[in-house]
Amino acid sequence: MGLGAKPSGQQNAREDASELVKWMRKNRRALTSTLFLIVMLIGFTAANTEVFSQFKIYRSVMISLPSWIFLVVPLVFVVTAGEIDLSFPSVVGLSSYAFVSIVDRGGDPLLGIAAALVVGVVLGYINGILVVRIGLSALVATLGMNFFLRGFINILAQGFSIAIPEIRGTFIHSLMTGDTIQIAGNQGLPNQMLWALAFTALGVFLYNRHSFGVRVHCVGDNPESAAEMGIDVNRTRIMVFVFTGIGAALAGVFSVMINFVWWPTTGDGLLLPVLAGLFVGGTPTWGGIGTVFGGAIGTTIVAFIETGVIAAGLTGFFTQFFYGLIIILSLIFQRFNGGRVR
Amino acid sequence: MKNDFIIELQDVTKSFGNVNAVDGISFGVRPGEVVGLIGDNGAGKSTLIKILSGVHQPDSGQIIVRGQEAQHWNAARSRESGIETVYQDRALVPQQTITRNIFMGREIKNRFGVIKVKTQYEEANRLMREIGFTSKVFDPDSPVATLSGGERQGVAIARALYFDADLIVLDEPTTALSLIETAKVFGFVRNVRERGRSIIFIGHNIYHVYDIADRFVVLDRGKVVMTANKSEIASAEVLMQHMQEIAEMAHADAEPVGA
Repeated sequence: MGLGAKPSGQQNAREDASELVKWMRKNRRALTSTLFLIVMLIGFTAANTEVFSQFKIYRSVMISLPSWIFLVVPLVFVVTAGEIDLSFPSVVGLSSYAFVSIVDRGGDPLLGIAAALVVGVVLGYINGILVVRIGLSALVATLGMNFFLRGFINILAQGFSIAIPEIRGTFIHSLMTGDTIQIAGNQGLPNQMLWALAFTALGVFLYNRHSFGVRVHCVGDNPESAAEMGIDVNRTRIMVFVFTGIGAALAGVFSVMINFVWWPTTGDGLLLPVLAGLFVGGTPTWGGIGTVFGGAIGTTIVAFIETGVIAAGLTGFFTQFFYGLIIILSLIFQRFNGGRVR
Repeated sequence: MKNDFIIELQDVTKSFGNVNAVDGISFGVRPGEVVGLIGDNGAGKSTLIKILSGVHQPDSGQIIVRGQEAQHWNAARSRESGIETVYQDRALVPQQTITRNIFMGREIKNRFGVIKVKTQYEEANRLMREIGFTSKVFDPDSPVATLSGGERQGVAIARALYFDADLIVLDEPTTALSLIETAKVFGFVRNVRERGRSIIFIGHNIYHVYDIADRFVVLDRGKVVMTANKSEIASAEVLMQHMQEIAEMAHADAEPVGA
């Protein structure tokens, strides 16, 4: 009897293991970037244990990181669909200009947020039309849009920044960027981080469980096959650009709420770190697959590099060096997750 | 008895410019039968498939579905009539799972667009077993890229089955496949036939078609030049010989008289 029971127990153990292995295989790209983040944080902690054992340093990263996450989540959809969008820095700038203009004139912040979202949706739709209907290259068309929109912002703003200190203390401001949860001493967890986490969760759900995300995968994998099976390929492509417009609008609103100031350059510095985070996170360049969670982790890695390098006692001259080093290293790690399959 | 055909073409023609791609073709498919459609390049096979799947409308002639003449034939009508076509490229997305491929474009979802992942997985699993996937190496969550050519054909056939196809049109399903992979595709086809579904198997390779089909329809320059049941043809070699005679006749036709 003992003989009979033992092998079946072993078999169960093996089946459990294979379920775990399957799960790990399925999520290997996101797991790789998560592991990379942990290793990097351990390295920073070893270099400066005092700073990295306190909540303060994490809090400082969590203040600006959310804006990046609002961008990277829809960008994972864009890249999975086989497209690219380089116009998001200016979409952040123009949509947050809509927000700040309304609040500055005494308008309701909620109206301002709605206006920013409308601007984001319209600009995303224009990107989609240029790429999908007119057939321009996404790389070049959205790069052109980035310059065009920044120029438009400069013409509108004439070089002036707009401050909205009056938003401090409003309900919507504390809801979006307050510190509702207190952690250590009077250090709170920035609410924008919670919103960014919720947005990531929504993105993960849409990407994997909703027909929109599944169709984005199919379109990026093989558009001819997707069309043959009745997927509206063009509509799906336009929708990913619209989604990026929405993410850019949210990023812009949060960024202005955090700083209380809108600059004509708002959004300008986001292009490279967000794209780096996207690819570091494990979404490959060729389309059809990717990871939203990994994208969020990837931007977190990039966000920690600057803080970590300085805190580790190196001068600011090292920042770009480490940016590059960590991006290349993590891409080499991701390469071991396999190349493109056809 | 004519009306036991699930689909029947009567004197169907289709021309492009002054090329008569399909020049008066009549044939039918019975339930649970594998019809081998053979012919050289340019014989009209692909035009005929596109007529069946509703991509092209015939210029003249009738399409009769279960005894009823079909009006305004198009791709949607074809599908409603239970015809699914598996094209040569198989319309797969290789980096996605088997499940995603089976339900691509027609996901099982609620009214908010949320996919019923578990239902889809179970349905895919059932279909895979139904058509004879036996490997334990992969399951409905495996990416199609991990499958061999014959198995990928199986996924495309499973997809057609899910949508309750009575007739599955396979366009050159064994082209570029090894012997073992071809055998796998034959296994899938036989399982489909056992379920009372019909198959039109289109191929270049006469040996493949001979092995799997119950009946042969030979096309040449837009016309049916021969139909035969398997019992009338002793071997693939005999079928080959007929094909050669047809080709020689075509050649003789083209030769100027007295040359």
